Amino acid sequence: MVDEKSVSASEPLDLIRLCLDEQIFVKLRGNREMTGKLHAYDSHCNIVLGDATETIYYLESGSEDVKSRKEKSELVFVRGDSVMSIADASNIGKTNA
Amino acid sequence: MLFFSFFKTLVDQELKNDVKITGTLRSIDQYLNIKLDNVQTDVAKYPHFVAVRSVFIRGSTIRYIHLNPNSVDTNLLQDASRREAMASSGDKIVGR
Repeated sequence: MVDEKSVSASEPLDLIRLCLDEQIFVKLRGNREMTGKLHAYDSHCNIVLGDATETIYYLESGSEDVKSRKEKSELVFVRGDSVMSIADASNIGKTNA
Repeated sequence: MLFFSFFKTLVDQELKNDVKITGTLRSIDQYLNIKLDNVQTDVAKYPHFVAVRSVFIRGSTIRYIHLNPNSVDTNLLQDASRREAMASSGDKIVGR
């Protein structure tokens, strides 16, 4: 029973629990994304990421092209209200075929 | 409550938020409102902060808090997360 509870994902937040100590990809408000190792989370989706890389997308005036810049942080707490989605980064960019 | 207790253990911590304020964490509450001392900001960008030495920041306005990795035990943090996840799913089963 206890084993089943710790391995299976019965509710949405369990998916995040299974990502602990793994590389994750987080989509954030304000055209931002972040990848890093998940060290902690809570029910508000507050998270702590290690060796995180943030990508910020922006438009420069007079240009149609979306540009991006990256910022790195060794350890960062991200407040849950800016988190839109969390995914296991090992699955990003892979197809099911 | 996890992050409340986590930050309570981090006295003397450098922090940054959207307007990039760096300082020493002096106190924190359940809403993750924070109080910083020894405040330093980019004076060229935010000249109105130049005289501010100590500041209260409402938790809801914070986007990120950058931490010093040397003062955080990430294994402890992961264990605490698992324990809190277990506790909250246990509550729901009991409450059913």
